[in-house]
Parts: sequence; structure tokens; C-alpha cells
Amino acid sequence: MSAVAVPQGPRPRSLSIGRLSVYGFLIVVALCFLVPLWVMIATSFKTMDEIRLGHVLAWPASFTIEPWLKAWSSACTGLACDGVKIGFWNSVRILIPSVIASIAIGSLTGYAMTFYRVRGARTLFVILLLGAFIPYQVFLYPLVRMFSSIGLYDSLTGIVVVHVVFGLPLMTLLFRNYYGALPIELFNAARVDGAGFLAILRHVILPMSSPILIVATILQVTGIWNDFILGLTFAGRSNRPMTVLLNNIVNSTQGEAAYNVDMAATIITALVPLAVYFFSGRWFVRGIAAGAVKG
Amino acid sequence: MVDVAATSAPQAWLRARSRLLSQLPAAIALLPAAAAVVFVYIGALAWTVRLSFSSSKMLPVFDFVGLNQYQRLFGTERFVVSTWHILVFGILYIAGSLIIGFLLAVFIDQRVRLEGVFRTIFLYPYAMSFIVTGLVWQWFLNPELGLQKTVRDLGFPSFSFDWIVDQDKVVFTLVIAAIWQSAGLVMAILLAGLRGVDAELWKATRIDAIPTWRVYVSIILPILTPMLATVSILLAVAVAKLYDLVVAMTKGGPGLSSEVPAKFIMDNFFERSNVGLGAAAATILLISVASILAPWIYAEHIRPQRVRK
Repeated sequence: MSAVAVPQGPRPRSLSIGRLSVYGFLIVVALCFLVPLWVMIATSFKTMDEIRLGHVLAWPASFTIEPWLKAWSSACTGLACDGVKIGFWNSVRILIPSVIASIAIGSLTGYAMTFYRVRGARTLFVILLLGAFIPYQVFLYPLVRMFSSIGLYDSLTGIVVVHVVFGLPLMTLLFRNYYGALPIELFNAARVDGAGFLAILRHVILPMSSPILIVATILQVTGIWNDFILGLTFAGRSNRPMTVLLNNIVNSTQGEAAYNVDMAATIITALVPLAVYFFSGRWFVRGIAAGAVKG
Repeated sequence: MVDVAATSAPQAWLRARSRLLSQLPAAIALLPAAAAVVFVYIGALAWTVRLSFSSSKMLPVFDFVGLNQYQRLFGTERFVVSTWHILVFGILYIAGSLIIGFLLAVFIDQRVRLEGVFRTIFLYPYAMSFIVTGLVWQWFLNPELGLQKTVRDLGFPSFSFDWIVDQDKVVFTLVIAAIWQSAGLVMAILLAGLRGVDAELWKATRIDAIPTWRVYVSIILPILTPMLATVSILLAVAVAKLYDLVVAMTKGGPGLSSEVPAKFIMDNFFERSNVGLGAAAATILLISVASILAPWIYAEHIRPQRVRK
């Protein structure tokens, strides 16, 4: 216990006061960061009787999974009592085509912008990048009018198109940066061999794209799953994503709120991005760096 | 390209044609992006700005009433307080996230054990939706059953932390929740910057026996400036976009005490049938974002190019 060997690092270190305070600081802040997660989990397994006692940090004394079942299949929004399960499946139905389409179009755009000199492509790229910074509120109302005039409003296709459009800046940036760092000789050699636009993409570029495809998938899955405002505005009643449904369940309760059910529903909603985060590890951080630092 | 005039006309035409043909598939591939730019990033934006000069109520009309909507906007209490809230929120949130994120990055950079565990814990809130963040904090800060009650029961009966229902302090609870969500992002980006610092620099400061904290403040911090600028821009844009968190956590209340501009715009567009007013507010939001971005774009992208030339 007295001499803890640090495995890497040039010199053997002893536990000085400085070291202890470094760990002290990190551990205290880490505990603070974990409190909301702890509260969320603990509350979701408590009975309402226990919650009324008000020990929000305590672990459930009488453990129950009832709130989870209720949250999944019978929590109410207004008159409808179907839980978050409909929202979960709506989110899945929105997520899959949106992720696939936005990555496909983003990679195609990034590829065309990197290896071909199409007139106006540079302007296109700059406008897309600027667009990434503008709040959705600036576009939403006209978009709703456009979509309703062509029958896309309140539909699954509509919300997918919206996700593709607003995902395009980040996806284009991601793929353009990645492809820009690939050796151009590979592209030139394939071109000399007579390969066309799509053939080069399929046989030369895509086989080398797995890292960036993983990063893009992580970013889009978490981003689209966590979206609220676009789902609220475009998805319509029949396609409401989980975040919208969750907010309705929690914030439109009449009478005493069922905090345990609310927290169970909240965890279920957070589960997909959290799973992506915990399993992807460093890839998630790479996505942040790729999306943020060059932004 | 260099001597077009020297080649004969038919040859030049042929070359141009073959060049055009080889670029054609790429041009077609760019059509979806072009459509998004034309219809959404330019079209919808221009449409919103145009509506802000009209008298549109429930449906868009294309008359011209000058700056009437803007006049109305700045006379609307709800918008004026929203602007104040977002300023207070923005300053505290950006400063708080930068300070906590920087400290976390520096402390993690001290070759600590279990670095991965710490990083995972500090960044996980960022993976979650603002809706989830808002709902969790709403419950945790609930004065009757949440933190306040727990601390009182621990033997501090006079402990008071009811900010979330306090008109004057509710904005601070939004700040706390938002910092919790984004401090990890700042940490992750700055940590990448710290790892890029030259090891020679550390050796040199050790030889000169400069205290570590001085090195961080006087040497490392200036090195990280470009990253700090980028992170600040990301956070500032998140401030302008702030909507989900407010909807989930406070619904703008109590009263108007946590209303924000993005929510004002959404409510006027889609619930209050005040399209012209909403469009004016959206235009003001757009101008604010542009004025935040312009100096940064100049410093990061335009000035370096000039210097290089």
C-alpha cells in the first residue's frame, strides 16, 4: 500500500500530497458527475411510497421493477396510455433510414468534393459548413410550409429527409477531411486504369473508409436518437420519436407525478446512446474530435 | 489551362468537353447537397427573413410592413426577458464549461491511473439527449422530494436549494445541468490538445524549475488558445440553440423566468400563430449567431490564408 508502482512513466513515483490531491479532485468531480445517473437508476426501482419519504440519493429499500414495466407499456400522455414503447419503435424506424441515407449522401458528397473539381463545389461546402452553426429555428417554419405543400409533412419520409439535410454539413465535413488525407495517387492510379466515378468509390475509396464510417455511424446514431426539435416539428402524431413522447409523458402529467415511472422511461430513452457510448469507447471521442476541432 | 490561346479551337473544345464529361458523375453526386443548400440553407433562411418584414399571423402573407415586427418584438416582454436569460445563461455556461473542462483535462493529464474510467465518467452526459438531462435534473432539484429534502433530513433543516422554482434563480439551474452535460466535451477536446504539447517543452520547464501550475497558466494555456476558441464557438452555438433543455426541465417557467429566444420562436411559429413575430425573432437569432461566428471565421480561416500568401 505504501509504495504503489506506476506501470508506465519514467521514474518511480511515491504518493505525495500533490498526487493525492489530484486523485481527490478527480474522484470528487467524478462522483458529482455520477449523481444524476445514480438518482435516475435508484428512483426507477423505488415504489412511490418510498419516493414520498424523500431520500433521493438512497438505494431502493424495497426494490421493484414495476415502474419499468409501466414506463415501457402503460405510462400515459394525456389520454393515451401506451408507455414509451411506441416511441422507441418510432425512433428505430426513423433512425435506421436516416443514418443510412445521411451517411450515404455525406460520403458521396465528400468523395465528389475531394477528388473532382466540380465548379461551385467549394461554395457549396462553405455554405454547408456555415449552415451547421445556424439554429434550426431559422429554417423550420419555411421547411414546414415546403414539406406540407409536397405532402412530406407529418410523414416518416419527411423526418428522414430533414435528418439527412441537417446531418449533411457534419457528414460532408467528416468524409471530406478523411478523404483529403488519403494518398491521391491511389485515386489517380485507378483513374488511369479507366475506372469511373462509382467504380473508384466502390473498389478503392470505400474499402479504406471503415474508420470514418464507424465514426459517422456513432455520431449519427446518437445525434438522431437524441433529436427532439426535428421530431417534434416534422414527424407528426404517428411517428413521434421517443424523446418527444418521453417529454410528453413526464411534463404533461396531471396530479401527482409518478417519478419512478418517469425515471424508468428516461433511462430507457437514454439507453441507446449510452450503449453506443460505452461500447464504442475511443471511437466516440474520435467522432467528437473529428466533428469539433475542424468545425 | 495555361495556354488555351495556343491550342486550336476544336482541340480546346474537345478537351473542355471531355473534362466536362469526366466531371459529370461528380456533379450529379453533388446534386442532393446542392438541393439542400438551395432549398434549405439559402431558400428557407431567406424565406424566414422575408417573413419577418411581413404582417403574417397564422399563415404567411407576403406584404411588406417594414420593421414593424421588430418594433413589436422589442416591445414584447417575453422576448426581452428571453434575451436577458440567454445572455446570463450563455456567459455562465461557457465560462463554467471551459473552467471545469480545462481543470479536468489538466488533472487527467497528470498520468493518473484509471484514466479511461475518469474520461468515461466525465463524458457520458454528453452522449445523452438534452431532454434526458433536463428531466433528470428537474427531478433531482425538486425541492419537495429531491436534493433539498435529502440534505435537510441529513440534519441541516435550514438547508435551502429551491432554485428551480425560484423566479430569480431558475436560470442557474439550467446552467448547472448544461455544464454537467458539456464539461466532458471541453475536457475531451482540450485533453487532445494537451497530448499534443511537445515533451521537450515539459523538460525545459522542469530544468528551469518552473512550478507546474505556472506552466499550465503561462505556457500551456496560450498554446491551447485556438482549441479554446473552437470550443467556445461550439458552446456559443449551443447557447443560441438552447431549446430542448428548457422545454424538458422548466418549460420556461416559473412564469417567464426561464424563457429563451429559441423557445420564443418555436412558440410563436407553431403555437401562437404569430409567424411574422417569430420570423423577426429568428432573424435576430441569425444575426446574433453570425456576429459570434464572423470574428472566429476571420481569425481561423481567412487571416491564416492571407498570412501564408
